[in-house]
Order: sequence, then structure tokens, then C-alpha cells
Amino acid sequence: MSGQILSKSSGFFDDYIHKPGEDKSSTHYCPGCGHGILHKLIAEALVDNDATEKAVFVSPVGCSVFAYYYFNAGNFQAAHGRAPAVATGIKRSLPDSVVISYQGDGDLAAIGGNEILHAANRGEAISVFFVNNGIYGMTGGQMAPTTLVGTKTTTTPYGRTLRNEGYPIQMAEIIASLKAPVYVERVMMADTKSINAARKAVRKAIKNQVEKKGFSFVEILSTCPTGWKMTPVQSQEWLISTYQEHFPLGVLKDISDQVEPLNLDHNYAELSQVPTLIDLPKENFEVHKENIPDVVDEEIIVAGFGGQGVLTLGVWLSEMGMREDLNVSWIPSYGPEMRGGTANCNVKMSTKRIGAPVIAHPTVLIVMNKPSLDKYGETLVENGIMLYDSSLMGDDLERTDIVKIPVPATKIANELGNTRISNVIFLGVLTGLSDFLDESVVRNTLPMIFKKRHLLDINLKAFERGLEISRAYKK
Amino acid sequence: MAKQLIKGNEAIVKGAILAGCRAYFGYPITPASEIAHAAARYMPLVGGTFLQAESEIAAINMVYGSAGTGMRVMTASSSPGMSLKQEGISYIAGAELPCVIVDIMRAGPGLGNIAPEQSDYHQMVKGGGHGNYKNIVLAPNSAQEMCDLTILAFDLADKYRNPAVVLADGFIGQMMEPVQFPEPTTEFIDKNWVVRGINEDRENLISSIEIDPDDLERHNEKLQKKYAFIAHKEVRVETYEIEDAEYVLIGYGIVSRLIQTAVDQLRNEGVKVGMLRPITLMPFPTEIISKLGDNPNIKGIFVSELSNGQMVEDVRLAINGRKKVWFHGRMGGNIPTTQELVDELKKHMKEQS
Repeated sequence: MSGQILSKSSGFFDDYIHKPGEDKSSTHYCPGCGHGILHKLIAEALVDNDATEKAVFVSPVGCSVFAYYYFNAGNFQAAHGRAPAVATGIKRSLPDSVVISYQGDGDLAAIGGNEILHAANRGEAISVFFVNNGIYGMTGGQMAPTTLVGTKTTTTPYGRTLRNEGYPIQMAEIIASLKAPVYVERVMMADTKSINAARKAVRKAIKNQVEKKGFSFVEILSTCPTGWKMTPVQSQEWLISTYQEHFPLGVLKDISDQVEPLNLDHNYAELSQVPTLIDLPKENFEVHKENIPDVVDEEIIVAGFGGQGVLTLGVWLSEMGMREDLNVSWIPSYGPEMRGGTANCNVKMSTKRIGAPVIAHPTVLIVMNKPSLDKYGETLVENGIMLYDSSLMGDDLERTDIVKIPVPATKIANELGNTRISNVIFLGVLTGLSDFLDESVVRNTLPMIFKKRHLLDINLKAFERGLEISRAYKK
Repeated sequence: MAKQLIKGNEAIVKGAILAGCRAYFGYPITPASEIAHAAARYMPLVGGTFLQAESEIAAINMVYGSAGTGMRVMTASSSPGMSLKQEGISYIAGAELPCVIVDIMRAGPGLGNIAPEQSDYHQMVKGGGHGNYKNIVLAPNSAQEMCDLTILAFDLADKYRNPAVVLADGFIGQMMEPVQFPEPTTEFIDKNWVVRGINEDRENLISSIEIDPDDLERHNEKLQKKYAFIAHKEVRVETYEIEDAEYVLIGYGIVSRLIQTAVDQLRNEGVKVGMLRPITLMPFPTEIISKLGDNPNIKGIFVSELSNGQMVEDVRLAINGRKKVWFHGRMGGNIPTTQELVDELKKHMKEQS
């Protein structure tokens, strides 16, 4: 060591490039403040772990809001309490980086309680340094969640009371109680001995991350001579004599030697593979429009009980319409209407561009239960078609201006051995009756919907039974 | 690629992935949850990140972190969730980070209900969080546009280093329509401002703090210039039957679909009406609407929203008293029928004559 010129760690910027103003070399911290020493420990630990070229430092809100002035790292400044969430976003995007969340007691233990708890619980592979000095320094000496009972601050002028503010919160113990964190230790920034212990803890927390070991948390009891209204020396003495009594020092948890390194790497898919991976159809389907009239403008409501396949039937109709090169829209019952066990959907099929997807007066109504008949029966347009499940209800709709087709769908479905296929029977009837649905399109589409052979077979049978029913009526 | 019948909410996620988005941070909420479901399903398959955050607040801050590294990143939520995200959005706008935020609006205030409303216009278009900032806001009205405008949102966000919002309602989110998906994006804007920890970007800083009032004022002025430039360059509208219209109906999102049908109906009755649909809400088509104010053919402007009248304020500012501007809104999750729009307009026409 002899002859070596003592200099700043290369974990700090030579010139504080992010610091505004002329002075690019001094820090903004008060004399006797613990932040300066802790900064030095972190900067050294980054250098010792060869991490400066992959370090990303997240500065919080509080006295260390300007930590980004100093660290020779990638720097983010975060909102109050959110540093662990910001760090999560960084680490998930840059798995090889070494991400540091540096937070004070108001930031981490009060406003950011949720963020730190869940980052720790997820075992985010980051290093958190939590500076506990029992006061809000930057904001003007207010109570922190760690302030001791009886302490007078600007917001506890008569002293903190259990009755009003509760106990000082012990974050290291809370974090150590979680399963995911690999290393939790509380250290102190007071005399040479305690600072040496802190140095080891800081190095370990960073080394753990370099080795992809998971979440490390170091709580650092620190001094705030300005906030405490003491001299720096008095502050160190008080930290040793009083403050640490309430926040016991030591390792609360360390499983870093027992855990395997995490695999955090992303295996990004080749661009050419992306469409297939997100289930986009490769090739265009064959469009059938030969048998479809030049003008189609159908508004279909399908309604019944939840579980009868009401919404699914609507989706199939839309799918068929799309394959006939029609414009289609499908909208399910949504919002308050969903309650009460009934389900319905609105399907529009048109050769024109579709405006409102919501249907006031359907041209086709498929009702699978009585409440739906009561609700929609009167809304059907003149000469509209109404298909209803005649095995579940009678036809007591007093309208003679519409075409009513009784379909014993539930009965037939039961005969075929599966109650759930009654919707396909309706599809068959409607296909047979209407000029806007092409039998061949339906037949070609059903195998794409029912990929399992036995399901396809029974559904094709149900479709045929529906077609048979339609033959009794004119197209 | 082929057309696919798909829900608007799901089309957003597929569009995002095709646009190169590889990170999603969100919190479930009805009626936006399908977006989280689809992202949870597809992001891991393409090697990306899906993370269900502990809160909307955490989710938007994860977006902040991820966006700062240069990742194309998104989050999605619905109105009450957007209220929680406002803090983070303000920081993102301040730090000029590109990201996409999807808001599938539901009815409020408070817990309200899960039915569609357009009452987030103020909070998403005007700012919403603290400070003099604006989001870019795009308003799709179909499943196709849920895909297309999501992709556009990523491009505009990167181009302007600004949060871009896809502002839709529960209807557009829940609706299924055929969507023609494009090929994956291959060209991206170079981001020389990112922070990845490496030496190359050591001088960069992701931050919204400017401690000196003069510096902060300069930063704010720069933001305002950017917004003005966006207003100059990026306005998008759709017009329908507007050339000879005597009455112009204005609405966005699901309302524009209702208006389109109302226009067809009124045209059939011989009433000369047309539709103007803002596709971009920020930038708002102020100049285009202002020109309607000078058009001697136009007798009145009719605005409809699923709200107490939020966008109509911007229409009135653009018209500046030169024409009658009528408003018809529905709230609480109800939507007007097309007949209701027709009747309302006719009522005003009658009063006027």
C-alpha cells in the first residue's frame, strides 16, 4: 500500500456529470451523515465484484434522491417508494445487470411497503440497501416508520406514541420471514468496527447478485445529525447506545450458499416464428361466397342459460360469416346483463361495414330458455325468424308476423348422448333455413372447431339433425 | 397472414407482440383482464416477460424501469386502475420514456361498475397525474384497430419518447371481429438515450427531477414543443358522409360505431348528416373541427360520449361559438341506441328551425 495515492473508488464518477451547477466534485450530504460512507462501501463493492460495467443504480426519494450524481453506473431515479418495482422492471429486461435499489426508511418502510414486500417475496435478483436513520431528513425532520417511541419530530412534537403511531417497524425481520430472500442482514454505520461489518454485508449482497443468487437485503442503521439535532459524534454515540437496541444487528437469514444460481435469461423467439407462437393462422382460409346473396344484413341474437353454449354458437356464426367474406361482429352480454344466469350475444353479418355491434331489433332470434323468449320475443323484426328450444318451453308468444320454428334441441341432444350439443342443432336448423349460411362452409369449419374425432362426429351428427328439421320449412 | 376472429382485448396483445413488445407488467381488472390473460399466455412463448404485479402502482413503475432499458413494454388496466397508475405515468412522461398503456374504460366514479364508459377522457387525454404533461392517446373503434393502433402506439411512443395510451371501452375490448394481423415489425428507432448499465450509455440518466427552476422550466417548455409538434404531425380522424353534411356527429370509440349506423338511418330519411371520428384524442383534431366552424353548410354539431361531456369541451374550444354544439351523453355503463341518437339530433334540429 505504501506510495499509493488514495483516491476515490472507480465505482464513483470522476466528475459528477449528472450534478447540475459548477461544483462537480462535492456531495450534497450533511457532515456526519451515514449515506456518504454507505455510498463508498457500495462503490467499492461494485468495483471488487467487477460489476461497474453492468451496474444499474435506482435512486429513491429522500436524502439519497441524488445518489445518481455519484455512482459510476447506469442511473435511474424512481418515485417515492417505487424503487423495488423500477428495479424489477430493469432486472427483468436486463437479466445480466446488477441492479441496486437504495432506499431510506420513509421510502422503503412507509410509502413503498408494498413494493419492497413483493419484490422480496418474488425473490427478485436484486440487491436492496435500506438506510434506517429513524427520521425524514430531506422533507424536514418528520417521523419515520422507524422512529423510536417517545422521539420528538416535526410531526410528533410531543413524542411518538404507541397509541397514535404504533411501534417502529422492523423491516429486516419482516423480509427475513419471507421464503424467497437469500440474504438479510442488519448492520450499523457508527464506529470502525461496525462499518467494517457493514462493508462485508454490502459486498455479500452485491456478490450474491453477480452470482445470480436472488434477493439480498441489507438494513443499515445510520446517522442523521441534522435531523436528530446532534453533532456527528453525538449521533454515532446515540446510534450505538440507543438506536441499535431497538434494531438488533446481525444476519437474520442467509441461504445464499444453499441456493443454485437462477436462470434469468430470455430466450427470445425468432421473428419468423412469432406469428405461429401467438396462434396466428398461417395461410388464408378458403372464402366461400358463391351461394351467398349479394346483399346480406343479418342481426342475430342468441340467448339462453349460461352453459347452453349460447356465446359459442354466436362465435361459430361469426366464424362462418367471416369465411363467407362477410363483415361480422360478435358482442357478448356484458356488464349487469350477465347476472341472473342468462347469457346472450349479438351477432351481425353484413356485406356492408358494420356500425353499431349492438342489436335492438334482430332479424334472427335463437332462444334456448323461457326468460330469453320473454325478453327478446317482441324485439324481433317483422318476418324475422325465431328458433326456440321446444323441449324446454312452449310457444306462448302472441305474434303472427314472424316465422316460429320449434326445435327440440335439448331432447335430440340427449338422444345423441350429450346435452351440450344442442347449440349445434340450432346451427344446423339456421344453416338449412337461411341463405346467408352455406352448408359446405359449416361442414368445413366444424373440424377446425372440434379437433377431437369423437367430438367432431357427434357434433356433425347434431348438425345433420338440425338440417333435417329445417327441411320441413321453406328457405 | 390470414384473418382471425378475435376479441379486441386479445388483438391488442397480439398486435403488441408483433410490434416487438417483449415485456408486460399489469394487474388484473375487469373488463381489461383478457389482455393480461393473453399476455400471460403469449409473452413466455416468445421469450418475453409477463409479470402480474402486486398493484397498478408497482406495474407502472416496472414499466418505467423496463422502458428505461429500451424495452418495448406495455401495461393495461381499466379506469380505477388507471387512477392508481397516474403517479407513474407522470414520472414516465417527465423522464420521457416510451411505453404503451391500454385503458379499457369502465364506469365510475369510484368502484362504479364494470360496464363501458368513456369517462377517463380527462384523466388520460389532459394529463391525469401532476405536472404539465400529455400522453399520446389513440381511440380504436374495432378489433382491427385494437391491433393496428397498439402497433402505432409503440411507434409513436418511441418516435416521441412519450407514453402512448390506447383508450378503448369495455365494448371494443369484449367485441369479436375479424382482424388482419400484419407481419412482425422489423425496423425500430434507435434509442441512444437508454440506460443499460454499460459504459456506452453512462452519460444517460432516467429521471424526472430537475432541481433548478430554470432547468425545469426549460424541460417543461421542451415538452410543450414536443406536444405541439405531435399536434402538427400526428392527427388522425375518420370521416363518413361528411362532404355535403349539414349536421356533423362527433364521437370516438364504440360511440362512433353507433353514430355510423345513425348516419345511415338519417341519410335514408334524407337528412344530410355525416360523422367525424377522432382516432387521435391527443393530438386532438382541433384544426379539422375548427374548419367545420367556417363551413357555411353546417347547421350544427352533435357530440355523443359515454360520459358527462368531456371530449365535447375540446370540440367547443375548436368551434369557439361559431356553430351550435349539442351534447348527448350516457353514463353508468349504459349506451345509447342509434334511435336515441337520431331522436336527440332531430329534437335539436326542430328547436333550431
